Amino acid sequence: MTEPILYVDDLTMHYTTRAGDVSAVDNVSFTLTKGESLGLVGESGCGKTSVAICLLKLLPDNARIKGGHIYLDGVDLVPLSEEQVRRYRWRRISMIFQAAMNSLNPVYKVGDQIVEAMETHLENFSYPAAREKVAELFRLVGLDPALMEQYPHEYSGGMRQRAVIAMALACDPDIIIADEPTTALDVIVQDRILKELRAIQQKLNMGMIYISHDIAVIAEVSDCVGVMYAGRLVEKACTEEIFHHPIHPYTAGLMSAFPSIVGPKRELTMLPGEPPDLLNPPPGCRFHPRCPYATEICREQVPEFKDYGGDHFAACWHPLEG
Amino acid sequence: MTEVLVRVEGLSKFFPLTRGLFRESREFIHAVEDVSFAIAPGESLGLVGESGSGKTTTGKLLVRLLDPTAGHIYLRSNGSEVDIATLRGKDLKAFRRRVQMIFQDPYESLNPRLTIFDTIAEPLMVQGIGNVLEREEMVAEMLVLVGLTPPSSFMFRFPHELSGGQRQRVAIARALVVGPTFVVADEPTSMLDVSIRTGIMYLMQDLAQRLGVTYLYITHDLAVARYMCQRIAVMYLGKIVEQAETEELLQHPQHPYTRALISAVPIPDPRIKRQAIEIKGSIPTPINPPPRCRFYDRCPIADAFCEQNDHPPLRDVGGGHYVACYKA
Amino acid sequence: MQEPRRRLDEFLSPEERERLRQLPLWKIRLRLFLRSLRTNWRLFAENRIGLIGLAIIIFFALLAIAHPILMKYVWDPNIYDPVVGYAHEETMQPAPPSPRHLLGTDPLGRDVLSQLMFSARSEFILGLVAALITVTIGTTIGAISAYFGGPIDTFFMRLADLIIMLPFVTILIVLSALFKLDLPKLALVIGVLSGFGGTTIIIKSQALTIKVRTYIEAARVAGGSHWHIIRYHIVPNLMPLSFLYMMFTVTSAIFSEAALSFFGLLNIRMSWGLMIHTAQTAGYLLNTKTWWLIVPAGLSITLLCAAFYLVGRALDEVVNPRLRKR
Ligand SMILES: Nc1ncnc2c1ncn2[C@@H]1O[C@H](COP(=O)(O)OP(=O)(O)OP(=O)(O)O)[C@@H](O)[C@H]1O
Ligand SMILES: Nc1ncnc2c1ncn2[C@@H]1O[C@H](COP(=O)(O)OP(=O)(O)OP(=O)(O)O)[C@@H](O)[C@H]1O
Ligand code: SF4
Ligand SMILES: [Mg+2]
Ligand SMILES: [Mg+2]
Repeated sequence: MTEPILYVDDLTMHYTTRAGDVSAVDNVSFTLTKGESLGLVGESGCGKTSVAICLLKLLPDNARIKGGHIYLDGVDLVPLSEEQVRRYRWRRISMIFQAAMNSLNPVYKVGDQIVEAMETHLENFSYPAAREKVAELFRLVGLDPALMEQYPHEYSGGMRQRAVIAMALACDPDIIIADEPTTALDVIVQDRILKELRAIQQKLNMGMIYISHDIAVIAEVSDCVGVMYAGRLVEKACTEEIFHHPIHPYTAGLMSAFPSIVGPKRELTMLPGEPPDLLNPPPGCRFHPRCPYATEICREQVPEFKDYGGDHFAACWHPLEG
Repeated sequence: MTEVLVRVEGLSKFFPLTRGLFRESREFIHAVEDVSFAIAPGESLGLVGESGSGKTTTGKLLVRLLDPTAGHIYLRSNGSEVDIATLRGKDLKAFRRRVQMIFQDPYESLNPRLTIFDTIAEPLMVQGIGNVLEREEMVAEMLVLVGLTPPSSFMFRFPHELSGGQRQRVAIARALVVGPTFVVADEPTSMLDVSIRTGIMYLMQDLAQRLGVTYLYITHDLAVARYMCQRIAVMYLGKIVEQAETEELLQHPQHPYTRALISAVPIPDPRIKRQAIEIKGSIPTPINPPPRCRFYDRCPIADAFCEQNDHPPLRDVGGGHYVACYKA
Repeated sequence: MQEPRRRLDEFLSPEERERLRQLPLWKIRLRLFLRSLRTNWRLFAENRIGLIGLAIIIFFALLAIAHPILMKYVWDPNIYDPVVGYAHEETMQPAPPSPRHLLGTDPLGRDVLSQLMFSARSEFILGLVAALITVTIGTTIGAISAYFGGPIDTFFMRLADLIIMLPFVTILIVLSALFKLDLPKLALVIGVLSGFGGTTIIIKSQALTIKVRTYIEAARVAGGSHWHIIRYHIVPNLMPLSFLYMMFTVTSAIFSEAALSFFGLLNIRMSWGLMIHTAQTAGYLLNTKTWWLIVPAGLSITLLCAAFYLVGRALDEVVNPRLRKR
C-alpha cells in the first residue's frame, strides 16, 4: 500500500448553538492515499459536510475543533493559523460545495470567475497562462472552451456543475472533496458527470472524497466507503467488501433499505425510528435506539472503531458475520 | 382492463410564457400535451420522468388544482363516469373528498402556524364532517394509522417540532382522513432519507390496501417506482412515451428514452457494471415545440421519417405495453 | 367500488381514547398560545434595544394612567386642570419649575406636568387606534390582493400608489383646515391613508410569498373556499408582519399629530404638539430661559416615537429569523 496523503485522526468538532453543543463530528479517523476515491455516505445531518469543512478548515464562527489531528503529508493542519492554512487550501485540497452550482456569480462570465479564483490562490499567476489553463480544464470536464465567455444563466444545471468542477481543479489539487455534486441533477446528467469526475480523478491521480447520501452513487465512484451515522464513522472498508459483507448493523440496514432496478425484487428492510438529535446524542453506540441487536453494553459504552482484518474497520459491539 | 377508476383523455396543459398587460402571449410551455391513460381501482400507476417533464402538472390537473387547456378527466363515481371539469359547488366539494394529493416537500406542505391536529382536521372541518370531539377522535385514529403514536403526544405539536419523516406522515394522514378513493402522490419520499423512506413507502402501500386507495404515484426514481407501482408510465417533455407493467418496462424497455433512463440509474452494487446508453444534451423546456417527435433532437436512433412526421402515437406492442416511437 | 371501511377502533386503546376525551381543546390552545408567547418574549428580550423601547412605553403609559388619579385625589382641578386650570399663587406666568409645579406653568398659567401627563393618554389612543385601523385595512386588502390578483389587485395597488404619491402632511393640513379634525377623526384619517397606502403594499408582497406555499394548495385540495384559505392560512401568517407595522404606524401617527398641532390645525384640547404651539404663539419658542415650555413636550414626542420604533425593530428580529444572530 502506498503512503497515505491524508490521515485524519480522532477528529472531533462541535457547533455551539443557543440550545447547546451540536456534536457534529465525533472521533472520526480515516486515511486517504493518492489516487484513491473515498466515498463518505450517510443520511442528512450526520455530519458529512462538517467533516469536509474541517479538512479545509473553513469553519463557521460557531464551530470548534475539539480534538484530533488532520495530517496532510505528515503536517498537522489543526494547530495551523489561518495564514498558514491558506497555503494549502485550494492548492492541496479543494472542494466542490453542496449546491455550488447555484453559487456562481450571475454577473461575471464563467471563465473569468475561474481565472479570478486562480489569481487569489496562485503565487506565480499570469493572465494568459491562466486563460489557457481554464480552456484546458473546460475541455477536461467536457465543456466547450467557447463557453468561458458566457454567463452562468446561459448554462444548464449540468453545465454549471461541470464549471464548478473545473473551478475546483484549477489549482491542481492533490485531494478534491466533492460534496453531493450531483444531487440536484437528473439521472442522465448525473450519470455523465459521475463518469467524468471519476475519469478525471483517475487520470490526474488525485485523492477524492466523494460525499453523498445515495449509496448507489457511492458504489459507482468510490474505491473505499466510509459510513457515517450521527457524527461518527461507524464502518469503513473497500467498496466491494462493505456492500457484500457489512459488519455494522446500520450499514447492513442502509444497504437493504435501498431499492434497485436490477436483480430480483427483494424485500426492503425498514429501520425503525429516526436519526438522533445531535444536540444530545444517545450514550454508548449512537445507533443503539434503532438497532435490532442492541444490548446493555451498547447502551452504555462507545464501541471502538477497530480493524476486522483486510482494512475493514467498524465500531460495533455485535458485529455481523464476525 | 375491466374496470376503470380514473380515465384521462387527450389531456393538455399549456402555460403562457410572457404575460404582457395588453399583449396576448404567443409562446406557450407545453407542460402536458395530449396525454391519455387509465387507472383501475386498487391499482397504483407510476408516473416517471426527469425534472420538467410535466409530472406535477399532470398530478395537479387530476386533482383540479389546475384546469386543463384541452382534454378530459373522468372519475368513476356511483357506477358512472363524470368529467371532473364540469363539477361545481357541492359536487366539487364532494369530489374533494374522493380525490386527494400528497405533496413532495413535507417542509412546505404543512402550515407552520397550525398544530398537527388542526392540519389533519382541516379537510374534515371544511367538509363539515363531525363535530370537534368526533374530529379529534378521527384525527387520533389517523395518527395511529400513520404510525405517530401515542396520538395525544403528537396532536398538539407544531410542524417544526417534527422530523421530515414525521411531517410526511402527517401529510399522508391529512390526505387520507376524508377517506378518498384516489390519491395523487407527488414524489412523497424524494425529500426523505433512505432509512425513513422505506417506512413511508410501506405505510402508503399498507394504507392503500386497508382503506382501498388508488394511487397515481409520481416519482423521478425508477427504483422507487418499481416497489410502489404495478404499472409505470414514462413521461418526456409533456408526453407519455412508454407505458407498461413495471417489470416488463424495466426488463424490456422499447423507447430509446426509457432505455437511456434505465441505463443511467446507478446500481447499489459495485459488482454490477452498467452499460450506459449515451444520449445527447439534456432535457429542454417545451416552448412551442415542433410537431415532430419530442425526443427527436436527442434520439440516438432517429431518422428522416421521425423528422418529417408528427409525434408518434402510443401504440400497443402487445401485453398492455405501449410505446410512442416509430422505430421501436 | 366498495366504500372504504373505517373501523379503526382496535388501533386506539381505551386509555388513549379516554385521555383524548379529557383534553379540553381550549385549554390546550391557551397553553400553546402562552408557550409561543414565552418563546417570542425570550427572543424579544434578547434584544437590548427592544427592552429600552418597551421600558419607555411603559413609563409613558404609567404617566397616562396616573393623571386621572392625581386629578381626583391630589391635585386641585382649579389649579391643575391641563386645559382650564390656573396657577393663582404664581405671580408671573409662565412660572419656572417649583415644588408645587414640578415643570412650571405655561404662558396661560396651566401646570405643564399635568398637561404632559394628560396628553400622554391622547397620544396612546391616537397612535393605537390609527395603527389598528392601518393594520386591519392593510392586512385584509394585502391578503385579498395577493390571493386573487387580477383586476382587484391592480385596483388596490394603483390606489396605494396614488396615496403614496400624495404628500401626506399636506393632505392632513388641507383636511384639517376643512374639517377641524379632532383626535378620533385624525386617527381615522391617518389609519385609512397609511392602511390603503404603503402598508398594503408591504403586506401584500409578504402575502404573495405565502400564497405560493404548498400548504395553500393542500387546503384547496381539501376543499377549502377562498375565504377559508385567506382567513385560516394567509392572514395568520401575515399577523407577525402586521403587528410589526402597527408599531411603525404608531410612530408616524404621533409625529403627524405633533406637526399638525404645532401649526394649530387640530381641534383638540391638549397634546404635546399643542403645548409647543402655545409656547410658540406666546413668543417663547426660541427662549432658552423658558425651557420648560418646550423641552418636556418635545422630549416626550421624540422619546415615545423612538420607543415604538425601537420595539418595532426588535420585533422585526423576532419575526424575521434571518436577521437573528445565532
Ligand atoms: N453552522 C452550524 N451551526 C449549528 N449546527 C450546525 C451547523 N452546520 C451544521 N449543523 C448541524 O450539524 C449536523 C451535521 O451537519 P452537516 O451539514 O455536516 O450534515 P450533512 O451530513 O452534510 O447533511 P446533508 O446531507 O443534509 O448535507 C446537523 O445536525 C446540522 O444541523
Ligand atoms: N405555473 C406554471 N407556470 C408556468 N410554467 C409552469 C408552471 N408549472 C410548471 N411549469 C412548466 O411546465 C413544465 C413541467 O413542469 P412540472 O412541474 O409539471 O414538471 P415535473 O415533471 O413535475 O418536474 P420536477 O421533477 O422538477 O418536479 C416545466 O417546464 C415548468 O417550467
Ligand atoms: S454497537 Fe450495538 S447498537 Fe450499535 S450497531 Fe452494533 S449492535 Fe447495534
Ligand atoms: Mg451536507
Ligand atoms: Mg414535480
